[in-house]
Amino acid sequence: MKSPAALHFKTFALILVMVIFGPLGDVFLRKGMREIGAISDWSLANLAHVFVAVFASGMIWLGIASLLTFFVAFTLVLSWADYSFVQPASSFAYGFVAVLGRYVLGESITNMRWVGVLIICVGVLIVGHTPPRTTEQP
Amino acid sequence: MLAEIILIFLIVVAGTGGELCLTRAMKTIGEVHDFRPRALLRFFGRAVTVGWFWLAILGMAAGFFALLGMLSLENVSFVIPVTALSYAAGALGGSIFLGERVTPQRWLGVLLVCIGVTLVWKGKG
Repeated sequence: MKSPAALHFKTFALILVMVIFGPLGDVFLRKGMREIGAISDWSLANLAHVFVAVFASGMIWLGIASLLTFFVAFTLVLSWADYSFVQPASSFAYGFVAVLGRYVLGESITNMRWVGVLIICVGVLIVGHTPPRTTEQP
Repeated sequence: MLAEIILIFLIVVAGTGGELCLTRAMKTIGEVHDFRPRALLRFFGRAVTVGWFWLAILGMAAGFFALLGMLSLENVSFVIPVTALSYAAGALGGSIFLGERVTPQRWLGVLLVCIGVTLVWKGKG
């Protein structure tokens, strides 16, 4: 049985990886999809065309690589921590993605949206003060 | 607008469903103690033999393609915070589907996150 401190360190180290690589992946995906263009025709033929364009885009592959890193960290942390702890705790990434959207992609963000992001981060801090595991090991 | 609502629904429901299945799969396999590459490969080798893992891949793939669709239509600083609607679904699913005890404090955090998401939506401008 690991000590609570070691369990918390392991949990938060992997959540940090999730917070960095999740938003990075989202930004790469948005950049890739912006290059491909907005989907306005939802017919199967056009979706097949978009599907091919998606997997021919270097940006999309960078996004996928970042999200895979996120996915590995997420998978590992779920082997001991509660899903309802990990999912909200990782939401700190929402603040990071807004910052990246503003300063990397040049997106316009209203004050209300910034406040919303701030409240999300406060929610995350509260969640972070709950125990990572509330169920017994099988 | 209809396309956006359908895509968000898919991201939330298929994505969260996939993550819940992944949690179930990981809990079946057990906690990771050894982080060396060979041990991690063995761990993932065990993961692919669990049915829940493949259901998770299916749900998360559907959520991923819905996310790509949304990202072709809207800014990342709007799309990603809005997908946090899955938090309510996650906490609910965690308590019902996985038997996790979601404490009142954790519910409060989730509630705040949801309020934040609402403001992000209203601040679309």
